[in-house]
Amino acid sequence: MTEREPPKPRDDLDKRLSQFRNERDVVTGRTRNTDSTNNGLGFALRIGVEVVAALVIGVGFGLFLDDWLDTKPWFMLVFFLLGAAAGMFNVYRVVQHQGGAVGYRRQDTPAPDLSKTDLDGD
Amino acid sequence: MATDTHGGEQHSPLAQFEIKELVPIEIGGHNISFSNSALMMVITITLILLLMMLGTRKRAMVPGRWQALAELCYEFVANLIRDTVGNEGRKYFPFIFSIFMFILIGNMLGMVPYSFTFTSHIAVTFAMAMVVFIGVTILGFAKHGIKFFTFFVPPGVPVWMWPLMIPIEIISYLSRPVSLAMRLFANMLAGHTLLKVFAGFVPALGAAGVLPLAFVGALTGLELLIAFLQAYVFAILTCLYINDALHLH
Repeated sequence: MTEREPPKPRDDLDKRLSQFRNERDVVTGRTRNTDSTNNGLGFALRIGVEVVAALVIGVGFGLFLDDWLDTKPWFMLVFFLLGAAAGMFNVYRVVQHQGGAVGYRRQDTPAPDLSKTDLDGD
Repeated sequence: MATDTHGGEQHSPLAQFEIKELVPIEIGGHNISFSNSALMMVITITLILLLMMLGTRKRAMVPGRWQALAELCYEFVANLIRDTVGNEGRKYFPFIFSIFMFILIGNMLGMVPYSFTFTSHIAVTFAMAMVVFIGVTILGFAKHGIKFFTFFVPPGVPVWMWPLMIPIEIISYLSRPVSLAMRLFANMLAGHTLLKVFAGFVPALGAAGVLPLAFVGALTGLELLIAFLQAYVFAILTCLYINDALHLH
């Protein structure tokens, strides 16, 4: 099909190259989303720390505000909850294969193939 | 064999993480001594340089052993970047490759008996995580300017939820370097401590010591896997953060 129209050689080459790469990736079983799916242990190691890290940041920031504004222990309590929520969101994102991303993916940006099925419900 | 031969030098399982000053240097009241940690870092860098120089010396079409090894490392990181960031990520290859190799070789050197694992110190891992974090934040600002702050407003959330969601997103963003540093440090610290603890059981149990000995053998294999995996996770998260900064959401 590519022989028909006189092609712009560069475009054509790019297209053929990317097509070849995609085919090769399918053949070798390498899909686009390799980060956490092909590697269960790496995936598992990431989750636990996410909660703790968010809590550490939340409580640390709360304690800092308390110390500064003399409002013990209120900011600490509020930021403990916020930190816990942030930790939950982190884990949710990792599980949904969104990486360590902040925020949610917009609907118009392409989703990694694997999470597409369960993410649409939101 | 028996406990009494061992009793003389009761090594705590944590003794392996002790920083020893090899060449004491002090400048302006700051202790910048050349420690065993620094020595291991120098050895790590030397090994990486050696591998890359030996690997690229011949530049043969059909790679020899060293070249194959160097190409393996190169392709692994290149594929990692291509899969997570895509083509625009190529610019950041040197950075990610350096980080990956540094952590990988450092972790692997730590598995050598009597050596020292510098990645088991949070000062080291947190410094690396902060370099990644600050670099990625600067990159985001350079690419998007003030629009970078839209990063913290999750799309599709009603406006009355913003006062709740934005602090959560900011905490989530700030927790990145902490989780990055903590994961590497905690895994290395826990793994090496566990190895030492079980190794301590071997002489203490006498003949029954073959059981912990077998376990230590298995655990060493697991630790080698984790040493690789942690370098991989660190590199892939750096890629994901760069991807986030380039594209926002």
